[in-house]
This record gives sequence, C-alpha cells and structure tokens, in this order.
Amino acid sequence: MLEVTSIHKGIVIDHITSGKGLKIFQKLNLDKISSPVVLLMNVSSKTLGKKDVIKIQDEVDLDLTMLGLIDQNITINLISQGEIAEKRQVKLPVKVKGLFECKNPRCITSVDDYAQSEFTLVPNGKIQYRCHYCEELTEYKL
Amino acid sequence: MSLKGRHLIDPNQLSLAELDNIITLGLEIYRNPNHYREICKGKILGTLFYEPSTRTRLSFESAMLRMGGTVLGFSDANTSSAKKGESIADTIRVLDDYADLLVMRHPREGAPLLASQYATVPIVNGGDGGHQHPTQTLTDLITIHHNKGKIENLKVAFCGDLLFGRTVHSLLKTLSRFPNMEFVFISPSELKIPKHLKDEVIKSNNVEIVETTFLEKHMSEIDILYMTRIQKERFFNEEEYVKLKDSYILDLQKLRNAKEDLLIMHPLPRVNEIHPEVDTDTRAKYFEQAKLGVYVRMALMALQLGVIESC
Repeated sequence: MLEVTSIHKGIVIDHITSGKGLKIFQKLNLDKISSPVVLLMNVSSKTLGKKDVIKIQDEVDLDLTMLGLIDQNITINLISQGEIAEKRQVKLPVKVKGLFECKNPRCITSVDDYAQSEFTLVPNGKIQYRCHYCEELTEYKL
Repeated sequence: MSLKGRHLIDPNQLSLAELDNIITLGLEIYRNPNHYREICKGKILGTLFYEPSTRTRLSFESAMLRMGGTVLGFSDANTSSAKKGESIADTIRVLDDYADLLVMRHPREGAPLLASQYATVPIVNGGDGGHQHPTQTLTDLITIHHNKGKIENLKVAFCGDLLFGRTVHSLLKTLSRFPNMEFVFISPSELKIPKHLKDEVIKSNNVEIVETTFLEKHMSEIDILYMTRIQKERFFNEEEYVKLKDSYILDLQKLRNAKEDLLIMHPLPRVNEIHPEVDTDTRAKYFEQAKLGVYVRMALMALQLGVIESC
C-alpha cells in the first residue's frame, strides 16, 4: 500500500477534486521549488470518494489565490510542529491579478507589458471576471 | 467636487452634478465665446492619437486654441515612438512633462486608463477601441440639453452598430443614470448591444428597454434617434462587414411617422446610414452636435486645468 508520511512543517492542499491535482501542481509551479513536494492522486476520500492531495514540506511562499478559481472544495492546512496549525477553506477571489488573461483581443493587456491583467468577480453565479482595463467579461476555465 | 487635475477615462467618473456643471459651462462658452478667449493662455494640450481621428483631434485642438492655449502631439502612431515599440507608460512619463493636459485616442481598450496610471497631468480618453469615448458622450449630452432643455424623461433609440459602437456604450451608460429614461436598441442580430451592458443598465437603474431589428417600428414614440456607422475597422472579417454595412439607411420616408421635435443625432463621420436629404430637416442635429462638441471640450479642459473652478 502507498504510504506518505506526515510532514512536520509546511502546507497540505487537501480535498482536491480527483484529476485536478496535476493542474494545480503546474499552476503553482511546484516543479520549480526546492522543497520536497508530493502529489497524491486518486486517494480514497470519505466525502469525495476519490481526491488528490498535495503536500509541500517547509515554509514556501505561494500565491494560493488561484486555488479558489480552480476548485472550491479545497482545504488548505498549514502544518506546524507536525500538527494542523490553521485550516483554510478556499473562496472565489473577488480581485485577481495576473493569474489569467483577458479574453478580449482588443484589450491593452494583450499587448502592453505594463498592463498586467486585473479582474473583479462579477456576482452573477458564474466564475466571470470583469477586466479592469476594457471591462469585458472573461470566464475562468482551468 | 472640483475637476481640477482629474482624469476623464470613463463618463461614469463624473457625477450627475459634475456633468451638469460641464454642460452648463459649455453652453455658457457657446453663447459668449469671446469671454473665454484668453483663459488657457500659456497652457499646452498634448494630443496622442495612436489611430486616426480627424474630428475628435481637431475638435480638441480647436477647443484649446479658442481658449488661447497651444497644442502639440501626433496623429498617427507610425510617426511616434510607438512604432519603435515604446510602451505607453514610457511615452506618458516623457510627454506629461511637455503638456498640461493630454488627450489619448488608442485602438486598444483600456489604453487611456493605463496612461492615467503613469501621468502627472490630466489624461482625457479620446476613444479607446470599442470601449469608451467620454467626450463624445459629453458632446451628445450637451446637444440633448441644448435641444430638449433637459436630460430626463426621454425615449432614446440607438440604431446601427451597437456591439462595437463605443459612443453608444458610453452614452447609454450615462443616460441610464438620468431619471425616467427608456431605450430602444435597433441593430442587426450580429451587432446587438452586449448582454453585459444591457444587464448592467437594466439592473442598475431599472430602465425600460426594447430590442428590435426594424428601424421604423418605434419611430413615432421616440424623442431621440441616435444613428451610428457600421465601423469597418472593428471587423476582423471583411465579408461580415460587407454583409452588414447597409443594414440601416435613414431617409425622409422612414421619418414620416416621427415626432416633430425628434432629435436626430450621429457621432460622425457618416457613410451612408443617413441619406443627405435628411440634412435639411430641422430635426437633424448632427452637425450642430459636432459644433457643440468643441464647446463642451473647452468647458471640460478649463475645469480640469483649473482655469475655471465651476460655472
């Protein structure tokens, strides 16, 4: 049986919908960090049936805002001294900077490096964001 | 609140009181231009036109020159450093030392907002792609006020390219903030008003709207008919443009059921969407609209430069 030991200090990204773990691994650029990282896929879960889990050992500076865009089931556990020091539920971020591009081909963000894409969530029940520059709506898709 | 030193990127940055102030001052300058001939002496307007727009550029230049100021700038991105790949941020950081106020026309949507983040002098959006054109909105509002004596309780029809038409988008968003407005959207199905804009207008102000593809259907009920050009430059596909370009042509026959005090407007330039026979109809105000645009720009710039505090 596959066994991954618990970590003493770090981050556990838990309850990832099965199949999305690899995408999150790539989006967070976890292949580029020097700390030990484990991606577990298709792990048994009482609530989800199957889930993916990512464990990152040590303190790593990560922008976890995008997790809310990708999968709102996710739980982030901050581990300290071998125990869960803090448990966070992810939410859809209201403000997003630089995580994805505006879909409008005429938007200044598509051509000017100084114009970093910046969006505000539109409260319409969909994952739609209004561009700060051109005001077009972009629907975030993983 | 004073307009001194403020940017104008989106007409929604102006409160209804500020809009009223600009329009009232514009009409005052229109009636007494000689009183304002020297107020911008020593001031410089920079015109940064990354895409051609003879009317808007000359309207701004005329406005500044009529107030005794001077003008510098470019009217074609090919003759500026943009051609060499210079960023908007760098262009602005240099040119705002050369002028007291900058007006920018750019084909990219959001470019003037980006410029305003790097400018120390007021930036005026002179039109950004299909997005916003706030001084055209001011031009439209002053024309409505001058002819109707009010901007409320009006039924306004927009006709033509409602998808890419930034003049329509800016004016619609602004008019919907005034009391008891109704709107009729007349366009081919391919050029309908964007859904997000329609939803925003309806939701934010509980405004009544009607959508149709027939120009004459609501003619007898409307107070203002705002015609627009089908803009070739907004299409990626020439075939689609050719198919749609002659969708609506306003002539006297189509106006036979219209109100006697209908206000016919057009942001110009016109191609063939208004037949020349309409020009002599007393209801046609599009050339007066262009003329009033100079005076409202004079008012705006005078307030932004702080040479007049308010009217």
